[in-house]
Amino acid sequence: MHRFWLITALLALVLAPSAALAADYGGTIVVGTIGDATSMIPMITSDSASHEMSDLVYNGLLKYDKNLNLVGALAQSWTVSPDGLTITFKIRQGVRWQDGKPYTAHDAVFNWRFMVDPKTPTPYSGDYLKVKKAWAPDDYTFVVQYSEPFAPGLASWTLVQMPRHLLEGKDVRSSPLNKHPLGTGPYKFVRWDTGARVVLKYNPDYWEGRPYLDQVTYRVIPDMATMFLELKAGGLDEMGLTALQYRRQTNNEHFKKHFKKYNYLSSNYVYLGYNLKDPRFADRRVRQALSYAIDKKEIIKGVLLGLGQICTGPLKPGTYWYNPKVARFDYNPAKAKALLAAADWKDSDGDGVLDKNGRPFEFTILTNQGNAYRANTGVIIQQRLAQIGVRVKLRTVEWAAFINEFVNKGRFEALILGWTMPPDPDLFDVWHSSKAKPGQLNFTYYKNPELDQLLVAARRTFDRAQRKAYLDKAQEIIAQDQPYTFLYVPDALPIVAARFQGIEPAPAGISYNFIRWWVPKALQIPALTR
Amino acid sequence: MSGGGQYQGLWGEFSGRMAKNRLALLGLVVVLGLVVVALLAPWLTPHPPNAINVDAILLGPSLTHPFGTDELGRDVFSRMIMGSRVSLEVGLVSAGLATLIGVILGALAGYYGGWVESGIMRFTDMMLCFPTFFLILAVIALLEPSIINIMAVIGLTSWMGVARLVRAEFLTLKEREYVLAARSLGAGDLRIIFRHILPNAMAPVLVAATLGVAGAILVESGLSFLGLGVQPPAASWGNILNQGKANIEIAWWLSLFPGLAILVTVLGYNLLGEGIRDALDPRLH
Amino acid sequence: MLTYLAKRLGMMIPLLIGITFISFLIMHLAPGSPTDLATDLNPKMSEIAKERLTKLYGLDKPLPVQYWNWLKRLTVLDFGRSFAPDGLPVLNKIATRLPVTVTINVLSLMLVFILAVPIGVYSATHRGSAFDQATTVFVFVGFATPTFWLALLCMILFGVQLGWLPISGIKSLNHDQLSWLGQLLDYARHLTLPVILSAFTSLAGMSRYMRGNMLEVIRQDYITTARAKGLPERQVIYSHAMRNAMMPVITILGLSVPGLIGGSVIFESIFAIPGMGKLFYDSVMARDYPVVMGGLVIGAVLTLLGNLLADLGYALTDPRVRTS
Repeated sequence: MHRFWLITALLALVLAPSAALAADYGGTIVVGTIGDATSMIPMITSDSASHEMSDLVYNGLLKYDKNLNLVGALAQSWTVSPDGLTITFKIRQGVRWQDGKPYTAHDAVFNWRFMVDPKTPTPYSGDYLKVKKAWAPDDYTFVVQYSEPFAPGLASWTLVQMPRHLLEGKDVRSSPLNKHPLGTGPYKFVRWDTGARVVLKYNPDYWEGRPYLDQVTYRVIPDMATMFLELKAGGLDEMGLTALQYRRQTNNEHFKKHFKKYNYLSSNYVYLGYNLKDPRFADRRVRQALSYAIDKKEIIKGVLLGLGQICTGPLKPGTYWYNPKVARFDYNPAKAKALLAAADWKDSDGDGVLDKNGRPFEFTILTNQGNAYRANTGVIIQQRLAQIGVRVKLRTVEWAAFINEFVNKGRFEALILGWTMPPDPDLFDVWHSSKAKPGQLNFTYYKNPELDQLLVAARRTFDRAQRKAYLDKAQEIIAQDQPYTFLYVPDALPIVAARFQGIEPAPAGISYNFIRWWVPKALQIPALTR
Repeated sequence: MSGGGQYQGLWGEFSGRMAKNRLALLGLVVVLGLVVVALLAPWLTPHPPNAINVDAILLGPSLTHPFGTDELGRDVFSRMIMGSRVSLEVGLVSAGLATLIGVILGALAGYYGGWVESGIMRFTDMMLCFPTFFLILAVIALLEPSIINIMAVIGLTSWMGVARLVRAEFLTLKEREYVLAARSLGAGDLRIIFRHILPNAMAPVLVAATLGVAGAILVESGLSFLGLGVQPPAASWGNILNQGKANIEIAWWLSLFPGLAILVTVLGYNLLGEGIRDALDPRLH
Repeated sequence: MLTYLAKRLGMMIPLLIGITFISFLIMHLAPGSPTDLATDLNPKMSEIAKERLTKLYGLDKPLPVQYWNWLKRLTVLDFGRSFAPDGLPVLNKIATRLPVTVTINVLSLMLVFILAVPIGVYSATHRGSAFDQATTVFVFVGFATPTFWLALLCMILFGVQLGWLPISGIKSLNHDQLSWLGQLLDYARHLTLPVILSAFTSLAGMSRYMRGNMLEVIRQDYITTARAKGLPERQVIYSHAMRNAMMPVITILGLSVPGLIGGSVIFESIFAIPGMGKLFYDSVMARDYPVVMGGLVIGAVLTLLGNLLADLGYALTDPRVRTS
């Protein structure tokens, strides 16, 4: 999911004049992906592959630019009414669906109806259900009205727009669009060999100008080792590297000559979350102590080989919303022991494990199976906590059972998991006490009335400075309370064949200006043999 | 079946044949060696197998780390020694379970015949139809890849061959004179099954069980490849090899040693099993 | 012959029902429900949306009802629709994935057969010779090496170092522009490693079986008679003994089908082949019950078919079977 917004934001506005003069049209790119798409209607899927592939075919009303600011896409501009209840979008004129039909505000209205229709099996309807009313006064104006000001609502309109004339009145699950998408975006769908590849071709009439690369092919390679060998042998032009591949396997002459690596902070963080219903973890001193006892630098060095940053809270470091001035819990075992002693955890029987009222301090950390980074993180935490006298067991559980049996039912003591950090900083769903219910996202049952008020207030204002002030305070409270031990924000590590020009890393990553990537004529290999 | 003398004669003949089969002896040495390593594992590890050192990630083999270190700087040699226990455990327990189920069902079917037999054999046929690895995969993934589950599922899905073998043996053995004699003397069914027929039917079962151990070790490594094998931080050869897979070009030691260990062990069990089969088969001599 | 066939087919029906029952049972043993994947931990996911998903998929009905509905549809070959967002009929999904898997397995079975028979015969007639021992070790090494490790080593050698063979997939990107001969060659190049490796892993079973049969047959009376009649040894071995030793091997070929289908999970993952094994694995991990149950049933049916074909082949060559 973390690439969703990133790719949505992929269309660069600004045509750098120098690049535009020199750039050649033509050429192809082959991108490696570990999983196949499940459907080309992205709103009914939750896997990153489906989103990545279909997002080149569609556009949203809005998108994120290279600095993660909201800018217009299919909507040329927008205004928020002074009471914050109404958003009016001015729809761009002259945009056509890839079958020639014009795109209008009526499509936008349909998309809202589609998202809130109980028959649409989408997990993303939450934000759209807040809309009281949506209508199109004319072909190029789209108005949405909320019953109370809802700041995250604006960002929700980055969602891709589906063609009304092909979907209205049809069953979405049996729609041909699942297999053969048709949008307003820079690339047209060509073919999808299930489990093997998806091929897209440039849209010559694209409203932002024809993309430079003629063809985009996604190749599904389910094993990372195979994918890397394929890259090395020249069968792939782009893939995401693992930390080990980035650090140790791509520094030789071959890679220096044929590829370019990029490295920027990704938009998700990994944390150790505690079940606050457990009396041991309900004590803030205990949580703080554990945070002091875990060496995040060691984890970043051992698991990410240094390719990541220490995480201090739920918002992305380096962005506008991030508050760096929060309580930090740098590795300090002495302080950890002192805090635990203050909470009455002492090794009274001399067995090396702390105890209280005769019960030793031991707990199980759960994580989802199949994620080597998280499993290794758990192993490092286990070793560090053993050193302050806390015994930890590790258990990995397959994803679906992990969520259903343990997370949703609150049947865990602690867990290692990750959250995405979308560009819109709404913290309500994860941190508000009303979400501390089975099946909801505040599954650690963290409740703080002061924080609740701040989160609600932050949702209700469209004033950026005001919203940031609320969120700054919220971040301070979360850091002080440590309902999670925030661990790290890993780097994204894409590698791209050296012949591609025009790649400009920015806070939004590298894909935001994908339609401006190009290959010099001389290097445009007619067709790869592999 | 009466005297020990006949047994000793058979055993002498058997061991004599085994001793002449060099490959089988090799297999026996490997199998016994592995058992010794697994039993002594805690005393053989030069380093604590789970001790992390993020300053020693993926070091090549050296005097301190004869098999190098892994992604978290742990000593691969020590982890492999400990892993031998897991591999042996998975192999023995699941093959044991499969043998037990197979022997019981096969004996019942072969001895009683009639609807008992047709019921059991239909069930066996049905189980034989499933792509075994599909079944294992589904159950392991849906429950949890713990070592207990892995052993149980492998055992529960690989007893069919044994059941068929035992039934076939019972069909011929139950008509033998000594069985008929025992019956006419009033021996109960259970006594006849377990005291008179089963011991004579055990030879092919022993072979199948030996091969079953080898198969189970391979299945665990296959599950590890899919991330469904024995879970970290516990070490198994399968999951060390799987870690080595990702680093095969920069850290050959991380795949070579566990890969060879699996290969040699499975080979050992197979050669031993074949050797026993050859030695037990009077027709071939 | 026809009555034999009818009898065989009739015997398959209770087997099939048993197979569906076990498949269904296994799928519902486990915790977790298919909606979990669609509703994974995205902060923008709401509870209402979640309930809606459950209703839509019909998961709120009691299990016996779900099984009965499923079984009823099975009789008309309707395996239902996948829980995956594409919502395709299970049969379609499996049908697009099956040909690759079947092709690879049939090719590798053929290869195994071609190699196993001479190895088995020669080992048996030269029992204990250097050849016998060498091939014994060779075939067992094939069986004993973890498949994915060997595959990766071959990919590095033949794909990266030497550049002779493609690393993964079943066809090149420019496949569609090739002539039909080029396309065939392209497939052949992509399938070389998977087929050879798959054959290597199952060579042991078949060649050892052939060897054992051959050893047994050689000791039969009619072979002794043939020898006594003064027939040349070559003719005794190759026309009399071998043919008789090969017949049970046909049955074993049929029996090895489930192993091959199961093994395709690993091959297809490492070689990025969009086949049945990969589909099954993905469906298990996504709790896509209809596809998993469909996969189990169809895998089992394939085995039944394999066994039936083997039996028919056997019956055709050996008239005694037909009447029994």
